[in-house]
Amino acid sequence: MTFFLILLIVVLLGVTFWQLSNFLAITFGNSDNSQVANNADNQKQGKFMLYFVLFLYALMAFCFIEYYSYFLPAASSEHGVDYDRLMQISVVLIMFVQILTQGFLHFFAYKYKGKKDQKATYYADNNTLEMIWTIIPVITLAGLILYGLYTWTTIMNIDEDDEDALIVELYAYQFGWRARYAGNDNELGKANVRFIEGVNTLGVDKSDNYAMDDIITSELHLPVNKRVIFKMRSQDVLHSAYMPFFRAQMNVVPGMITEFSYIPTQTTEEIRLSDFMVEKVETINNIRRDKSKLLLAKGEEALEPYEFDYYLLCNKICGASHFNMQMKIVVESESDFKNWISEQKTFKQVVSN
Amino acid sequence: MSAEHHHHKETFITKYIFSEDHKMIAKQYLITGLLMGIIGIAMSLLFRLQIAWPEQSFAIFEVLLGKWAPEGVMDPNVYLALVTIHGTIMVFFVLTAGLSGTFSNLLIPLQIGARDMASGFLNMVSYWLFFLSSIIMVLSLFVEAGPAAAGWTIYPPLSALPQAMPGSGLGMTLWLVSMAIFIASSLIGSLNYVVTVLNLRTEGMSMSRLPLTIWTFFVTAIIGVISFPVLLSAALLLIMDRSFGTSFFLSDIFIQGEVLHNQGGSPVLFEHLFWFLGHPEVYIVLLPALGITSEVIATNARKPIFGYRAMVISIIAIAFLSTIVWGHHMFVSGMNPFLGSVFTFTTLLIAIPSAVKSFNYITTLWKGNLQFNPAMLFSIGLVSTFITGGLTGIILGDSTLDINVHDTYFVVAHFHLVMGISALYGLFAGVYHWFPKMFGRMLNKNLGYVHFWITAIGAYGVFFPMHFVGMAGLPRRYYTYTNFPYFDDLADTNVLITLFALLTASAQLVFLYNFFHSMFYGKVASKNPWKSNTLEWTTPVEHVHGNWPGELPKVYRWAYDYSKTDNDGNYIIEGQDFTPQTFPMKDNEEILHH
Ligand code: HEM
Ligand SMILES: [Cu+2]
Ligand SMILES: [Cu+2]
Repeated sequence: MTFFLILLIVVLLGVTFWQLSNFLAITFGNSDNSQVANNADNQKQGKFMLYFVLFLYALMAFCFIEYYSYFLPAASSEHGVDYDRLMQISVVLIMFVQILTQGFLHFFAYKYKGKKDQKATYYADNNTLEMIWTIIPVITLAGLILYGLYTWTTIMNIDEDDEDALIVELYAYQFGWRARYAGNDNELGKANVRFIEGVNTLGVDKSDNYAMDDIITSELHLPVNKRVIFKMRSQDVLHSAYMPFFRAQMNVVPGMITEFSYIPTQTTEEIRLSDFMVEKVETINNIRRDKSKLLLAKGEEALEPYEFDYYLLCNKICGASHFNMQMKIVVESESDFKNWISEQKTFKQVVSN
Repeated sequence: MSAEHHHHKETFITKYIFSEDHKMIAKQYLITGLLMGIIGIAMSLLFRLQIAWPEQSFAIFEVLLGKWAPEGVMDPNVYLALVTIHGTIMVFFVLTAGLSGTFSNLLIPLQIGARDMASGFLNMVSYWLFFLSSIIMVLSLFVEAGPAAAGWTIYPPLSALPQAMPGSGLGMTLWLVSMAIFIASSLIGSLNYVVTVLNLRTEGMSMSRLPLTIWTFFVTAIIGVISFPVLLSAALLLIMDRSFGTSFFLSDIFIQGEVLHNQGGSPVLFEHLFWFLGHPEVYIVLLPALGITSEVIATNARKPIFGYRAMVISIIAIAFLSTIVWGHHMFVSGMNPFLGSVFTFTTLLIAIPSAVKSFNYITTLWKGNLQFNPAMLFSIGLVSTFITGGLTGIILGDSTLDINVHDTYFVVAHFHLVMGISALYGLFAGVYHWFPKMFGRMLNKNLGYVHFWITAIGAYGVFFPMHFVGMAGLPRRYYTYTNFPYFDDLADTNVLITLFALLTASAQLVFLYNFFHSMFYGKVASKNPWKSNTLEWTTPVEHVHGNWPGELPKVYRWAYDYSKTDNDGNYIIEGQDFTPQTFPMKDNEEILHH
């Protein structure tokens, strides 16, 4: 049955396309059947080239205007400011070159479309020209490379001996995250998946004295304006700790400890009140309200209104629930952070229960 | 050696199936590649439907996916499997074998003036290994637990442990076996191409007179020979980790309530090995497309390709640099940040020859007399998408900027434009241009125009907005993004992208119809329909073994003497604006030094 249905569709499509080709031959007035472009074709296709670049410009303009709000809000981390600036410079530069080259390409296609008695110019080489368009990219790219490398080194050089930095382990497993704080001694206890047993789900080494005051949580709380150094560990497969609002990402690799570090500069409260976020949340809640109406009509539950929270998501394919491997991040004042952490159980309390 | 010697009695089997004739093998590659392409693109439509309407159920899912889409709701593992197999098929089976395999086979002997490949037998073996690997890849779709689903990059441990996902069982084994055979096929093919280009050029065909198509096929084959073996070794080590308890890529793993014994291996090592092929693979896919474009643009602009020497240098520079940039896929993999700096540097270097090539194409159009055959449209389209996609590479190649867009839809948009769509356009340009040479008939040009314009609009419609979805931080390989309300406002855009994808795919049906219909009923081709200079158009329309019935042609000039005039201002050959490579130099004609 299915087979005949498919056969029928194929036959119908075939007839459609056959009719289409006849129809086109008549409307394009090129039924000479040489199947080589003739003068009429060149005129027409040349014009289409011009229309096409206009379409492309329109599409680019549409995207930048309509999707402007998709760009992430200004970075909530110290190095993120540099990141954003570099990104802006790059995007502007790229779009400038894009508009120019696409313009030339399609405009030339239009301008030099074949005509009956037109002769092409035999023009095979010009060393000066080629020199120019080798040198210009070299200089521009050199600038970008230098700026990029400067920020890269600043971001990636982590000062391990920074006494003031907060040390946090990010622990990834299929399919969730845990944070482990180093506790009062600011020194993480040793850990290995071989120690995993019962409530000790992170495999912390019970015989290590540094481990006893460690604090394991399922939310990531960070004090604002204080450097945090993440030490990342995976239980099973590759994951990636992606914190887009902080311009931060690092893979989490079983068998090794990877690191990333930044200074959060905006509390959750602050970013919620920013113009960008107020507008964003309103848009989203409008969408959710419309969706809820449909859901209610179907007798299902309405969606909850959305309130912004920072989040960390997994960004390396890790299995079936990869799409939902997230952790909430809360950036708060130093005192709020102290209050929160003092309410959490230490590793010692967890294992002795 | 005259062609007479080649005429043994042929049966259906030796002519159409186990053929050693490069022209027949080219057709076999093309048709196999197209069939795989249908599967690959159909898969992309399925997962695009899922992304656009994540909460909807689709009857078509249940029809096509059966128990993996109960009541029309796709299983997350199946989503990942579709993405994985789509990527694998498109990159390797369609754009490596289908593109490079087809046109290297067809054009290398024809354009250098050789009777066939250096080894017709190995060439046949190469095709049949490719065929076998295709069959295995397709069969893996029917495995009980599903095909490989760890992404086309198959990073371990996910790909190494059946406990980690169902696709990492038998499905992954078949994936590895299929790819190992594929690599063998590719290596045999590549060695054959290299040897043929080096040894079998006809009299007068010096390296500096080679058409750019041949230069790209030649250099591509060399990159393949250098990098594919590394992927093979990665695959072999992965097979050992999977089946024989070794620990090359595995260490300290606790999964499904159990500690594994593996100790000391590193997934990062696998990433290095994979991308040592993976990045050059981008150029293995792309360079032949650029070669085809060079040929098609010059022929249809009725002008020499601008800056031939710069083009050749760029091809070689790209090939060399492509082997030392692989680390830009690994900026946040946990490798030493200093390496990140080095790879940023080499990556942005590769932008330079790419820019030179783009500018040269644009200049080739300048003051031409452009003949808009469908192949020409696709070639111009290629230059356009290559520029758009290449420019965003400047963002991704910058280690700093990559931190926040790595593995988001921004990357998906970038690589589809720069390699996927560009190379696909190259493939189409090649098919439209050399269809008369392959099948002795012409493709219908009006259907070609429809095919091009819908595809051109659709492809930008799919992949331009996708950059912005990526800028919002939406990760790729997500089955649904509804668990993050922050992404709710992306929904309309995701729908738009899917609609454009459906539109683009439907245009490919027009092409398929045109292809198979014209094969049998198309207008019979003349000997040199595009008025081209290269040698393949001096062979008879009816294929003969050995390509030229009589003596091999002799070459007197490069391939790009279009619209060349002598010192008196007349075309070199009275009344025609092209000068075939077989036409001797005249006394009153300027000699160019390339
Ligand atoms: C109609 C045309 C196509 C559409 C709509 C399409 C769509 C997509 C999308 C949306 C993804 C990303 C899925 C994800 O990461 O979650 C994807 C992945 C991919 N596509 Fe395509 N694609 C098309 C054609 C191609 C072509 C021509 C190529 C050739 C290079 C290609 C190669 C890939 C690869 C390598 C991946 C990555 C697979 C992975 O993540 O493991 N696609 N495709
Ligand atoms: Cu994940
Ligand atoms: Cu790469």
